[in-house]
Amino acid sequence: MTEILSAPLVVEFPFTRSLGPVQSAFLTGLRERTVLGVRTDDGRVLVPPVEYDPVTANELRSLLRVAPTGTVTTWAWNPAPRRDQPLGTPFAWVLVRLDGADTALLHALDAPGPDAVHTGMRVRIRWAATRTGAITDIACFEPYDGEPGTTEPVPHGGEFTDSVTGITVPARLDYVHTPGRAQSAYLKALEDHRTVGERCPACRKVYVPPRGACPTCGIATAEQVEVGPRGTVTTFCIVNIKAKNLDIDVPYVYAHIALDGADLALHGRIAGIPYDQVRMGLRVEPVWAEGARHPDHYRPTGEPDAGYDTYKELV
Amino acid sequence: MRDVAIVAFAQSPHRRRTDELSEVDLLMPVLHQVLETTGLKANEIGFTCSGSADYLAGRAFSFTMALDGVGAHPPISESHVEMDGAWALYEAWVKIMTGEADTALVYAYGKSSPGQVRDVLTRQLDPYYLAPLWPDSLALAALQAQALLDAGHADRAALTAIATRSRTDAAANPYAQLTGDVPAGGLLVHPLRTGDCPPIGDGAAAVILAAGDTARALCARPAWIRGIDHRIEAHALGVRDLTDSPSTRLAARHAGAFERPVDTAELHAPFTSQEVILRTALDLGDDVRVNPSGGALAANPIMAAGLIRLGEAAARIHRGASVRALAHATSGPCLQQNLVAVLEGESAHG
Ligand SMILES: [Zn+2]
Repeated sequence: MTEILSAPLVVEFPFTRSLGPVQSAFLTGLRERTVLGVRTDDGRVLVPPVEYDPVTANELRSLLRVAPTGTVTTWAWNPAPRRDQPLGTPFAWVLVRLDGADTALLHALDAPGPDAVHTGMRVRIRWAATRTGAITDIACFEPYDGEPGTTEPVPHGGEFTDSVTGITVPARLDYVHTPGRAQSAYLKALEDHRTVGERCPACRKVYVPPRGACPTCGIATAEQVEVGPRGTVTTFCIVNIKAKNLDIDVPYVYAHIALDGADLALHGRIAGIPYDQVRMGLRVEPVWAEGARHPDHYRPTGEPDAGYDTYKELV
Repeated sequence: MRDVAIVAFAQSPHRRRTDELSEVDLLMPVLHQVLETTGLKANEIGFTCSGSADYLAGRAFSFTMALDGVGAHPPISESHVEMDGAWALYEAWVKIMTGEADTALVYAYGKSSPGQVRDVLTRQLDPYYLAPLWPDSLALAALQAQALLDAGHADRAALTAIATRSRTDAAANPYAQLTGDVPAGGLLVHPLRTGDCPPIGDGAAAVILAAGDTARALCARPAWIRGIDHRIEAHALGVRDLTDSPSTRLAARHAGAFERPVDTAELHAPFTSQEVILRTALDLGDDVRVNPSGGALAANPIMAAGLIRLGEAAARIHRGASVRALAHATSGPCLQQNLVAVLEGESAHG
């Protein structure tokens, strides 16, 4: 039984979106402590606003200003806030119908406990100290006992100086990735600078890196086979554009390499030979950098080139 | 119109985590089982369609890895939906109805264990107004549950009874993840308690569809798809009446669910409160056997749980335990998207 490897895997990216006219007006409005809705064909006021009528699909552009006060239409007490949620202390999720609106906005409600929250309760917006034109410009809602705001929405042109036309929302998800049995064995072998594939019990092909199944037969591969270390370039390309964060001078050669004994080519960089002298059939071997988990690159072995017939099935 | 049936169904045991298995490892036994049940070889399948989600795996194009398990070389006719496998089944059904194929393999899988599923599912929300707030899947379901309680459509006892019935029924389902007594359970997100919420787990499922005489040749009692339809509601939660599911009702009407009573309903209701909403939307009487498999409260492999509802309903027809069954699948927050299929055994047809 192979030891099962696992490693943290973080997927993180800035989610950049452009805004249409309605979303731009709404989010810019939040920056200016103004909440805008949009009127639908049947006269309802949608907050938050959308660009197309959810019933008729007609374009909606008639913006109105609604009050920063409203009524909770449903709620849920969140005893353990998660990363990036609006409040770090226990809070209620709420759908709030702002005064003047016919639909509800989802946000957080700052309240001391679930007993202090009920459907129908009156709340108002607590604005964030720093506002950028995002839904998080509303820091949260808070209980509100004062006079109801105006319930009659006021037409608004949706025009602001320096309108927000796009948003960048960071997204991060954390995983613990486990590659499964076949790839775990492959990665473990690489620690000893060995390359292992797996042989299909039916068609006898050796796959490297092994993924645990034969894509031709659709059955599990199991028999481990050591392949390489030498191999043959089956095809290649010359890279002329320098990739961001990659410390390799261009041009360089990126190749498919069929390791000896493998029935599938893997890919790697070819170095130790001028880029314009790399060719199909070139015999190569891996070069390991200190402490690396994968070969840094492959270099020529000096052997005569392999004949085309010996690798044509792998091109 | 062609007659199309589900002729085989298989699922994996559903477990909290399967660290030793890659997605293809998880899937292969299930694929082999449906092929063996029908005697079909992989290269005899006319169309293959799958459902899964990259965000569960945290890797782009993760479904291409799982494709190794179906024998995709030499090239096959294949498609994928970034959604529950029930929607992959719909695509396969269309493929067969249009005469493009006579048989189809549909599979779905999800490993929720590598990530935090509550966070992962926030990434399917509207990116402007919702996703930046990270409202997790339990929070959104809890908002819906509270709305239901406020409306008087259910009380705490009714929700607990649903959890208890599901866990009790799951005891007869060897693949279920949770069986037995419902824990008193603390509040996860009020008003949802542990027992109101689905388990998080890893699992896979597969079905084979076939048309007409091919189906009859492959299965003693095919589960004929008499109707299938899916509908979607407004994305914004605040626009919807969360206590109702008009999209389910509309899909059911188009699928012919109201033409004659059904005896069984497999409902994809990951939360107890959602079963109440679906029963009402589908007008199911107390005489309808709901989720005899234990349902999603007993095993909820994300992206496969909806396909499993279709498979479980079909399996009951295959073994003669049902004459006319309804299967439902959902996707998105608070029952946003809903698919309904009506399945019948041969006797009901004749
Ligand atoms: Zn093979």
